[in-house]
Amino acid sequence: MSTTVKATTSEEVSGNKFMALIRREIGQVFAIAGLVIIFAFFSFMKPVFYSWANVSNGILMSTTVTGLLAVGITFVIITGGIDLSIGTGTTLCAILVAHYVVGWHLPLWSGFVIGMSFGALIGALNGAMIAFLKLPPFIATLATMKAAQGLALIISHLTPIRFDTVKGWESIAQGNLIGSIPNGVLILFGAAIVAWFILNRTVIGRYTFAIGSNGEATKLSGVKVERWLILIYALCGLFVGLAAVVLTARLGAAEPDLGLGYELEAIAAVIIGGTSLLGGKGTISGTIIGALIMAVLTNGLRILQVQQEWQYVVVGIVIVIAVFGDNVRRRRAGEIS
Amino acid sequence: MAGSQLLSLEGVSKEFPGVKALDNVRFDLNAGEVHAIVGENGAGKSTLMKILSGIYKKDTGVITYQGDHVNVSSPHEAQSLGISIIHQELNLMPHLTVAENIFIGREPRRKSRIFLNNSKLVKDAQALLDELNIVLDPKELVGEMTIARQQMVEIAKAVSYRGEVIIMDEPTSSLTPSETEALFKIINSLKANGKGIIYISHRLEELDVISDRITVIRDGQYVKTMKTKETSIPEVISLMVGRKVDQDQRPDKRALSKDVVLKAENISTKKLLKDVSFELRKGEILGFAGLMGAGRTELARALIGADPKTSGKVWLKGQEISIKNPHDAVQAGIGYLSEDRKRYGLLLIQDITFNVIMASIPKYVNKFGIFKKGPAAGIARDSIAKLRIRTPSEKQFVKNLSGGNQQKVVIAKWLARDCEILIFDEPTRGIDVGAKDEIYKLLTQLANEGKSIIMISSELPEVLRMSDRIAVMCEGRLTGIIENKDADQNVIMQYATKFRD
Repeated sequence: MSTTVKATTSEEVSGNKFMALIRREIGQVFAIAGLVIIFAFFSFMKPVFYSWANVSNGILMSTTVTGLLAVGITFVIITGGIDLSIGTGTTLCAILVAHYVVGWHLPLWSGFVIGMSFGALIGALNGAMIAFLKLPPFIATLATMKAAQGLALIISHLTPIRFDTVKGWESIAQGNLIGSIPNGVLILFGAAIVAWFILNRTVIGRYTFAIGSNGEATKLSGVKVERWLILIYALCGLFVGLAAVVLTARLGAAEPDLGLGYELEAIAAVIIGGTSLLGGKGTISGTIIGALIMAVLTNGLRILQVQQEWQYVVVGIVIVIAVFGDNVRRRRAGEIS
Repeated sequence: MAGSQLLSLEGVSKEFPGVKALDNVRFDLNAGEVHAIVGENGAGKSTLMKILSGIYKKDTGVITYQGDHVNVSSPHEAQSLGISIIHQELNLMPHLTVAENIFIGREPRRKSRIFLNNSKLVKDAQALLDELNIVLDPKELVGEMTIARQQMVEIAKAVSYRGEVIIMDEPTSSLTPSETEALFKIINSLKANGKGIIYISHRLEELDVISDRITVIRDGQYVKTMKTKETSIPEVISLMVGRKVDQDQRPDKRALSKDVVLKAENISTKKLLKDVSFELRKGEILGFAGLMGAGRTELARALIGADPKTSGKVWLKGQEISIKNPHDAVQAGIGYLSEDRKRYGLLLIQDITFNVIMASIPKYVNKFGIFKKGPAAGIARDSIAKLRIRTPSEKQFVKNLSGGNQQKVVIAKWLARDCEILIFDEPTRGIDVGAKDEIYKLLTQLANEGKSIIMISSELPEVLRMSDRIAVMCEGRLTGIIENKDADQNVIMQYATKFRD
């Protein structure tokens, strides 16, 4: 008797679980569908769009920097926070990497160490202002954003620093370790996989969700929320540093006035990917899909020879459609009222 | 049956700016007992518990735990001492699963210390739930569960710390009778294992069943500790309030008009309400009773058009009207006073005048859109006099008023709008007993003046005291409308649990 009861319940549970999984991931299913539709549309309009040359160098390569930033800021946004400093933070890290690697003739690998260390430091500073000075994330990171912009200009003396003397620097992004996939793209996807593991399999990932879901309750459960917040912002900074390295490798130089505005592109990608700005919810895969949607749109519109100005307008509309669509779906599902 | 002393507090005081929240309070707890703390809202129970659980720091006093003086300076420290608390507002992470919530901060990790061991997490949670006889799926998302089941998660979480002292702050406020019974079984088994439980509840009748001793505090001061067997509910109440209170008061007999002001028929919503029909008469107070989640607030929101209806008709004074949004409701003279005044009813950092005219601003601006200060201040002063709002002037910020006076400002707002129908959602929530009386008088006065009132309340004595008729809801349906003279707490509870279990 009891076994039969158990059997039915466990069967029911697994059935429910499958449905629940579909329901929970439906946002991403829609996002992927959106990506496929947009891709198919442009391919139909201009067959050159789906050529490997365009996909690898036009679309994927142009996703690398904002994609890395978006992956990093996904952690921050899941905590219910925001980081406006990732754009100019990228600039500052890029300038610092160039300053030391070019100026001191350091080996190639040290560029990664320098970029990611400074990135993490900037992030930790943001986290400390938020956790200890109790500044709202928007304000704290706005301040960092301005300061980083200024420091980048000061350190570089307002001139780009070229990597001409560093052998193979450009191959960090443009070389091909595996087949014809650009290394920058490999870095993005590799970083995304690592981020996925951190978010879903480690303690810091669990606390990222917990803080965003109910920070007060997390604190009352004995979790040292302040410390974890600093770590989470620093983690975001690691991706900023990595993005800086990839950016300089793509350009062959560190540009002191390039980076402002990247933060909003990254935030847009995260939002299109279904991560909630209210915190508690979000995925790395969604963020990658979001970044790809943005890149495919920009690239496709360019190939259709739509003016740059109108490309911005289209991206704006897509953000509204993505978030509104997600709201409608969740209202239907009764998640929000 | 009570064992050795686990915990004692002596001379504990705590002051907040301007308020002495606790003044020289003492309390003790033995192993294997349930010691209840009772007191009115604002008496200091929650402050005391927050000190014990490390959220607040005491100003003075000594806490002795298992024979040692301790200084509980953080929630983390309380937990490592073995004191865990189930907070009144559920403190869970809705986006995490049951197992993740229970072991938050103490997740089993793999050897690396960085990676989580999720399978052990689920197994540990399952073992704990089995031990407590709680039927829950450890992998379910907490945000998708009912409040009662979330409460069970909180209990499992508190027990998981394996502490000696468990504090339960209003654990039954959202539970049905059978769920409460299940909770009591868990409490009794914890007791049998020698745990000490501090139990805070407003439901005094529960204390008879579950508690061994009762301590009363009032206005931040210790009043008395008694053995439950040697006291009675009326004695406890009079100690809490400091005077005798008639729990069984009923409204004065009033001549009721037969005119139906508002008639609702077959109101349904997508999520909860099913075919709710009722009539509201002129000058009547119609009470709505039911358990949490019965759909009373949802009914009010559907009536005023704040949530969409899937079916249903509404007549105002015999004329069918269509209310699609709160604006329509206000136009029809229906005012809704939310249970969450601060969030939905008031602009806290504005003065009384602004709050009073908020729903009728067009009346107080000239044709250029400029405020007519004189008339606005005039209506505010009239309201202050009529509703006896205690304030130095109409220019006082609303956030500086007490809960009772804030409620009066909300009432004044709707009166300034000439509302004939007022829907009160938990009108005395968070209001002290003394101020409650005044709100009751005010409601009666309004009804006598011909206003029609719908009063949603979870406090049965309040429903019985105020309502001419009592509508009872259960699971989105109206299960009965009872004349006051035919009603008592038992009858209401029967209707309120009609579809449960």
